[in-house]
Amino acid sequence: MNSSKLDLLQGTLDLMVLQTLTAMGSLHGYGIARRIEQVSGNQVLLNQGTIYASLVRLEQSGWIASEWGVSGNNRKAKFYSITRAGRKQLAHEADYWQRLTGVMELMFAMRPDADEGAGKA
Amino acid sequence: MNGWKRLPHRVWAFFSRRRHDAELDSELESHLQMASDEYRSQGMTAVEARRRALIDLGGVQQARERQREARGLMQIDILVQDLKYTLRKLMHEPGFTLVAVLILALAIGANIAVFSVVNTIMLRPLPFPNAQQLVWIAPPPTKCGMSCATYSTDAYDEFRVGARSYQDVTGFFAFSTPGNLKLTVGNGVPVPATGIDVIANFFDVLNVQPAMGRLFRAEDGRNGASPVIVLSNAWWRRQFNADPNIIDKAFDINGRQTTVIGVLPADFDFGAVFSPGAKVDALTPLNLYGPPRDWGNIITMIGRLKPGVALAPAVQEAAAVAPSMCWNNKYPRSCGQYKGAVIPVPLKDYVTGRLHRSLVVLWSAVGMILLIACVNLSNLLLARAAARSKEFAMRGALGAGRGRIVRQLLTESLALSAIGAAFGLALAFLLISWMAQQGAIALPLLTRLQVDGAALGWTLLIAVSSAVLFGLVPGLRVAGSNLNEALKDSGPGSGLSRRHERFRTALVISEVALACVLLVGAGLLLRSFLQVLDIDLGFQPERAAAVTVDYTDNPSLGNGSTPESQRAILAARAAYFQRLIERVNALPGVEAAGITDYLPLGGNRSWGLPFPKGVKRPDKAPDGPLVYVITPGYLDALGAKVRGRNFNWSDRSGSQNVVVINKSYARYLASFSHWPNGDAVGQLLDDGSPTGLLVAGVADDMHVESVEGENGWQIYYPWAQNFGETPQLVVRTTLPPAQMTAGVMSALREINPKQTAAEFRPIESLVDHANSPRRFFMLLVISFAALGLLLAALGIYGVISYSVTRQTHEIGVRLALGASPSHVRGRVLRNTLWLAIVGITAGAAVSIGAARLITTLLYATSPWDAVTYCATAAILLAVAAVAGYLPALRASRVSPLIALRID
Repeated sequence: MNSSKLDLLQGTLDLMVLQTLTAMGSLHGYGIARRIEQVSGNQVLLNQGTIYASLVRLEQSGWIASEWGVSGNNRKAKFYSITRAGRKQLAHEADYWQRLTGVMELMFAMRPDADEGAGKA
Repeated sequence: MNGWKRLPHRVWAFFSRRRHDAELDSELESHLQMASDEYRSQGMTAVEARRRALIDLGGVQQARERQREARGLMQIDILVQDLKYTLRKLMHEPGFTLVAVLILALAIGANIAVFSVVNTIMLRPLPFPNAQQLVWIAPPPTKCGMSCATYSTDAYDEFRVGARSYQDVTGFFAFSTPGNLKLTVGNGVPVPATGIDVIANFFDVLNVQPAMGRLFRAEDGRNGASPVIVLSNAWWRRQFNADPNIIDKAFDINGRQTTVIGVLPADFDFGAVFSPGAKVDALTPLNLYGPPRDWGNIITMIGRLKPGVALAPAVQEAAAVAPSMCWNNKYPRSCGQYKGAVIPVPLKDYVTGRLHRSLVVLWSAVGMILLIACVNLSNLLLARAAARSKEFAMRGALGAGRGRIVRQLLTESLALSAIGAAFGLALAFLLISWMAQQGAIALPLLTRLQVDGAALGWTLLIAVSSAVLFGLVPGLRVAGSNLNEALKDSGPGSGLSRRHERFRTALVISEVALACVLLVGAGLLLRSFLQVLDIDLGFQPERAAAVTVDYTDNPSLGNGSTPESQRAILAARAAYFQRLIERVNALPGVEAAGITDYLPLGGNRSWGLPFPKGVKRPDKAPDGPLVYVITPGYLDALGAKVRGRNFNWSDRSGSQNVVVINKSYARYLASFSHWPNGDAVGQLLDDGSPTGLLVAGVADDMHVESVEGENGWQIYYPWAQNFGETPQLVVRTTLPPAQMTAGVMSALREINPKQTAAEFRPIESLVDHANSPRRFFMLLVISFAALGLLLAALGIYGVISYSVTRQTHEIGVRLALGASPSHVRGRVLRNTLWLAIVGITAGAAVSIGAARLITTLLYATSPWDAVTYCATAAILLAVAAVAGYLPALRASRVSPLIALRID
């Protein structure tokens, strides 16, 4: 794929939704999608429709809750908010991501000649 | 990660699909509205804003699908979808569905039925608790019948005490004749029934519990015990109307008031295990310490090993105890004669062991039927898939994955085989109920047949595996085909259909080969059966019938304990039976009549080996001849030929003792003596008496023990000089025996008003009974072969017919260019016969290799019997020709005009 936008890794969308809800409080599906697009500086290839699969997954897991309400411009919409279990899960996942990014950085910092040294060790 | 936590939600979502869909729809609608609101606020028109919003969303349907997939049980959703689609599709093609379901129902039904037979007879343990501990204790097979397969009561006692590996040992009296019990209710005609004397611990050893009352205790078999009886469940229902208060009631049985102490459970059937094909109505206790003490070998032994004792040590121990067992403790010289003749084998092996090979053959036969059915179905589905290839190509073009299409096809074949299995199960149920009623077939445990859990499991297994077998191949071929090619493959005769056809041809050839193997097997079994029917039995069973005659000795003549009393009893019996036989002989239509105590192919016994007088017997004498005590007229009534003279009524107690012996025995005796011309007639045999036994005549060898076995030795003693057992009257008639029943029975009743209403059994039925297992297996295998042949014919017809349809265009061109219809017909027929010949060659090759497997089931027939192979080839060719002729006819009637217009 030669698009300049980033393809989302499996599971990252769920994490983005959780983080968005933590930051923004209660929000509807469209709002969440727009927020992610904005925050990522439109770098993410987000098919807005996929947000609803993610939302139903998270809700079934008990990490978010939903209720129908009315949006700012008077539209009926379903509003989602993060639950206590969701916050815990988010903290857990965020920690995992940070460790993973740390490891990936170390990997990329590896010098081409470093493996010879490792071979002698 | 949290799949289990979500499962209840998913299940809930699966079942409340409509509500969830509605909610999602309104959510998506509000999403689109908010998005277009935003675009409109940037100055777009309403239409443009909505379009952009839809693009951002990535399609409403896609969003819906994704969400559904995430929230519910997508796999089941797809399955339900596929099933709905399949059923709709099958309903639109009733012809195809009917044929497919019929083929599957026949094949699966046959498989379930045979599995039930195999499971009941071969796989399941015998119907007793811990049946693996039970052993049958007997000598190796010998020529002298039951007398050499049984033990004396003294031997039994010694073994029971001496063998420590056994929890207990029991046995039963092996010489009961059918109809030995006479039940008299009020003043009615006595009703015959069959009872077996068993040792009092019989039910304890088998671990059988009564349905009502109690079973035998040790005291029931002691001297002076009051007579008691245990009823079989079936007899209790039939004869006593399932009287719930029958316990402790007394009935007149054989002239003695006998108390019913118990009723056996319905699942205990003595006959089904120990005497296949015979029904046993009641069991009575055997008095080990009464007269049977001196009756010699009368008991069959059954033991129950202690828990954890293996067979090998039990065999060793039996061999160690055998030398101390005595035929009769009164004669120390008879001790040790059982050496090497006490061998335990698992009871199950004794009961069903010799049927294993037949059952395996039967099982393979139905397995082949299933394979043929699968091949047929594969073929049908392939033809159908070819017709549907555009549909699949279209679906592929619209984004259906290859897996999804294979899955759809597999769902179709699963649905088909499920429907087929349901009908097959019903068919099997009918078949099995019918077989379970065939009490007269001499196969063990047949009456216990039923469709049980194992059979249901087997049904599921073969339904699923055959669905995969016949569905997967066409599925993969369809899915594997090139999209482009399939879409372009518009006319017949292009690449894809040609490849399909080659594959289908291969399928049909394998089908013909399988049918060929089945036919060869069935043919060999049929030939064997005909050979068995052709055996010269040494007697003529046609137009002869037998009935049990009631006779009670006059108590005033004593109990036979003194020579005077013995002579008086024998004389009274002779006079009585002479009168009776003369009365029966006077009936119109009677050619000959006589009495024996054992009928051919029934029970038997042996009394030792009389040797020529004055000849020293060898140290190791073989087993003695089978003994028959008969009256004058019996051998004539049976249709056996005698050289020398037959018995007559002047052979009386007190006159010279005479015997008739059979040819083989006479030949054996002649080899030890210097008889003129080796002729036994008129010679004397040694029976320990000063006068000896005069050989009055030599009779033809008879197949008395089994139809198929070798001829043994027989010796006949006159009724007037020896004590026979239950008298059986045999009558030879000029009319069919059934028409004589009334006359013979009224003659018997004239002589004895108390004569039991016993059955007048044609001797042919005895032979039929002996042949029944062979006939049973042969008929089953032949019907399977016929089914296989039919399926193969259908397969050939299908393929040739399809290829004719495919070539309609080509045929049209040929006809238009001047080919004659007969030429076109010939071409199609040649193709068909070529298929058949390749299939027959392959099948014959397999048969030649596999025939050794059924050698043991054949009688006087080579497993490579040329007649059978040629007949099979001829039948298959003929069937192929017929199956190919119809499409050939159609091909030759193609109108060139219409054919050329087809595209």
